[in-house]
Amino acid sequence: MSILGTRVVRTEDPRLLTAGGTYTDDLRLPELAGALRVTFVRSPVAHAGISGIDVKEALDSPGVVAVLTAADADDLPASDGRPATEPLLASDRVRYVGEPVAIVLTEDGYQGEDAAELVSVDYEPLPAVVGVDAALAGTSLLFPEAGSNVVRSGGGPAPDGAFDGCDVVVERTFPNQRVAPVPLEVRAAAATWADGRLTLWASTQNAQQARDQVAGALGLDASSVRVITPDVGGGFGAKIATDRDTIVVAWAARRLGRPLRWVETRNENLLGMVHGRAQQHTIRIGGSRDGRILAYHLDIVQDCGAYPRFGLFLPTLTQLMASGVYDLPYCGSSFQVVVTSTTPISAYRGAGRPEATAAIERAVDLFAAEIGLDPAEVRRRNLVPPDAFPYTTPGGAVYDTGEYAAALDKVLAAAGYPELRAEQARRRERAEVVQLGIGVSCYVEITAGDYSGGETSRLVVDGTGAATVYTGSSPHGQGHATAYAMLVTSELGIPMDRITVRHGDTDEIPRGVGTYGSRSLQLGGSAVHQAAVEVREQARGLAAGLLEASEADLELDLGRGTWQVRGDPDTALSWAAVAGQAGPAGLAADVDFKPASPTFPFGAHVAVAEVDTETGKATLIRHVTVDDAGRVLNPVLAEGQRHGGIAQGVAQALLEEVRYDPDGNPLTGTLADYAAITATELPSFELVAMETPTTVNPLGVKGIGEAGTIGATPAALSAVVDAVAHLGVRHIDMPATPLRVWTAIREARS
Amino acid sequence: MDRDQGGSLVNVTMTVNGAEVAADVEDRTLLVHFLREGAGLTATNVGCDTTSCGACTVLLDGESVKSCTVLAAQADGHDVVTAEGLAMRGAGEAGGGELHPVQRAFRREHGLQCGFCTPGMVLAAVSLLQENPQPTEAQVRMGLEGNLCRCTGYHNIVRAVLAAAAELAAEPGEPGEPGAPDAAALAAGPAEVAP
Repeated sequence: MSILGTRVVRTEDPRLLTAGGTYTDDLRLPELAGALRVTFVRSPVAHAGISGIDVKEALDSPGVVAVLTAADADDLPASDGRPATEPLLASDRVRYVGEPVAIVLTEDGYQGEDAAELVSVDYEPLPAVVGVDAALAGTSLLFPEAGSNVVRSGGGPAPDGAFDGCDVVVERTFPNQRVAPVPLEVRAAAATWADGRLTLWASTQNAQQARDQVAGALGLDASSVRVITPDVGGGFGAKIATDRDTIVVAWAARRLGRPLRWVETRNENLLGMVHGRAQQHTIRIGGSRDGRILAYHLDIVQDCGAYPRFGLFLPTLTQLMASGVYDLPYCGSSFQVVVTSTTPISAYRGAGRPEATAAIERAVDLFAAEIGLDPAEVRRRNLVPPDAFPYTTPGGAVYDTGEYAAALDKVLAAAGYPELRAEQARRRERAEVVQLGIGVSCYVEITAGDYSGGETSRLVVDGTGAATVYTGSSPHGQGHATAYAMLVTSELGIPMDRITVRHGDTDEIPRGVGTYGSRSLQLGGSAVHQAAVEVREQARGLAAGLLEASEADLELDLGRGTWQVRGDPDTALSWAAVAGQAGPAGLAADVDFKPASPTFPFGAHVAVAEVDTETGKATLIRHVTVDDAGRVLNPVLAEGQRHGGIAQGVAQALLEEVRYDPDGNPLTGTLADYAAITATELPSFELVAMETPTTVNPLGVKGIGEAGTIGATPAALSAVVDAVAHLGVRHIDMPATPLRVWTAIREARS
Repeated sequence: MDRDQGGSLVNVTMTVNGAEVAADVEDRTLLVHFLREGAGLTATNVGCDTTSCGACTVLLDGESVKSCTVLAAQADGHDVVTAEGLAMRGAGEAGGGELHPVQRAFRREHGLQCGFCTPGMVLAAVSLLQENPQPTEAQVRMGLEGNLCRCTGYHNIVRAVLAAAAELAAEPGEPGEPGAPDAAALAAGPAEVAP
């Protein structure tokens, strides 16, 4: 029996559980001996001109070696002059609280915190731009030379007649609020230069892209930069790009001629690391009274924060996935991206797809409520049928495989949907204080959206019979070392404990793409699988020579990891013996796996919430999910991805929100203020297995990293709304905090 | 650590994972920084600056504390156990030591992903099980409320703690491997037996 599909515990864990991981700030390397600490001076105001920076007092502070500002950055390539370009350090203007203005270099970190407070910056306040309405009003411009706060737009209004023939049309505007990724390990970097070459350790999701980005920013050839990724304590999309802070550390290390290290505080992380989501949605949905949806239109305003990063492109993903799992006669969308004087927006677990799903699932609920039909039934009547795949959406996506109705049926059965509705009816009839709500969501998402970039792998079997995988993928908790070793052992029969998986050193692995967008197993894993197949066939030839047999007569005994003439165990050759024939380099295969298309995982969630109608407090008491991401390599890992995703999705629905006051001051700058979800706010999850393989890659797998988040948010929100729907509530903005729920009840009653 | 300003130096001596560690440190030095920079033990992580996340949880005289909220000077003369010390000494799996029953349960139940919250989470769980050896799921969740994990959704962490509780209850006299020190005694620390 193949090891694939079985529950294998992780090879990564013993080290992480005992010595702890080696995260960037844990590095105790000789190259970093005597490294100075970098402390950033960050803007305390949202929007202001800078009329002067005085560093004298800071320079006199104990332990300070240097203070650097934009004025010192005269050795960098000139800006290309495009508007809205992000500087490394602010020079004449700051555009969000937390924007880097200067750095202080000290012998230790405590000295850095002291000295940073002594850097005196003269700010000339400008009107803040907070929220999409203020941005669109355009009374204060972040980039006056651009003439507008709108930095990108596309799509258009629904064509005339798109909603003709609808018995019912519902329209509503609601936010998909800004949230913080909160990886437990904050951003960190260390840098040293030798012989004109930079070595940069960074907490990143993709070493090779980081290398290219840093080289570009510093005007270097990529060969002059080596990036090493130690253990990474979570990323969730926020560590895809290499932030200016990390580039500043690399630049300053060259300027000082000394190794530097930097780790931010959580407060800096919540202000300076990218946030996610931050869209405003206006949905319009119409259909017949018997539950057929005939038209759906989504208008998106994306707040991309102070500088356009990946937030610029999030609406494109939202547009692509706008129609969700539904077969709609009309689906259209438009978007505008605006800059605001807030922290930049980028990818966060799901990146554009949770927004699409939240919008249409909310719309379907509103439509179902308007026509008085069960929301699960309305969904069932509009799903793309199984015989329609591959299915091309109005937005141009081509869904590979899907069994949407089966997923919905499975999750409803597992949840006991009729019984839940009966219990809800009982509580409503008795007018109980604590009401029950049931939220249903159906979703489809796109994974490996940048499939054309592919992923690399190199597999080497050496003369000892040990295998080493070099992957361009970049684990930060997902369990690549276990998963990729499983792929190798299943093809070659080399035991797991003789397989090493290496990643994240650009000298060792010059080409690679990284881990994000739920791409690692389907791209990186397929590359490993293909490399194993190639090594196996190379070995077959070598073994045939050793045994003086024809290749066709040879077999690989996967259980023992030996080559032999078919049916003759006496001829068995070990991997060491075979690889020893391949010369000093051993057996090796290099693969660059590029599939023909992305994949589209799907699923359905049922959330069950209790709402105290006197306090507005909502409690998620059950969460049942089907998350079909094709074939499952290791259920332990896949379930772990679903669990984490569900928690983050629920967090957005019920708790988490990055907030600013009207002047652009952050109100959620610490974990005492930002409501990162805890163990007490979640139930154990009920996962239902379902596997519909894809044909896009040889493993039949799709991505599972983001699915849980995408399905969970609309289900959890819907459960809260549903709990108080009989009181006249149709909608509650996320997050459904006690105040919002209580207010919605009160307004509905009055 | 010569310093002409920035607070006076104090001599701090404590037992960390059974070994005495002494250093002159600034009086404002936090225990977590003493452990990471002074004692060179980096399993204890810093995840926030408001005592919210619990990544820095260690056992101080056998009870879990957030070492970002304890001054090194306050731990003077006391006993500290970190994740490194929880792993029992001796040959074993990668990492050099046998796993504590709670660590073993975290591995078996996939209670960790990126691993950053894990040392603190495990020590919080050890402390929780000392106070309440047979907790309910709700009690586990309450007990770990001060420890954030962003990867697991807590599902498998809760399962791991419940599994460890069951294992420890099944083998009250010998929670660890044969010949290994008693886990509860290790967790409780030498302060329990010191005069």
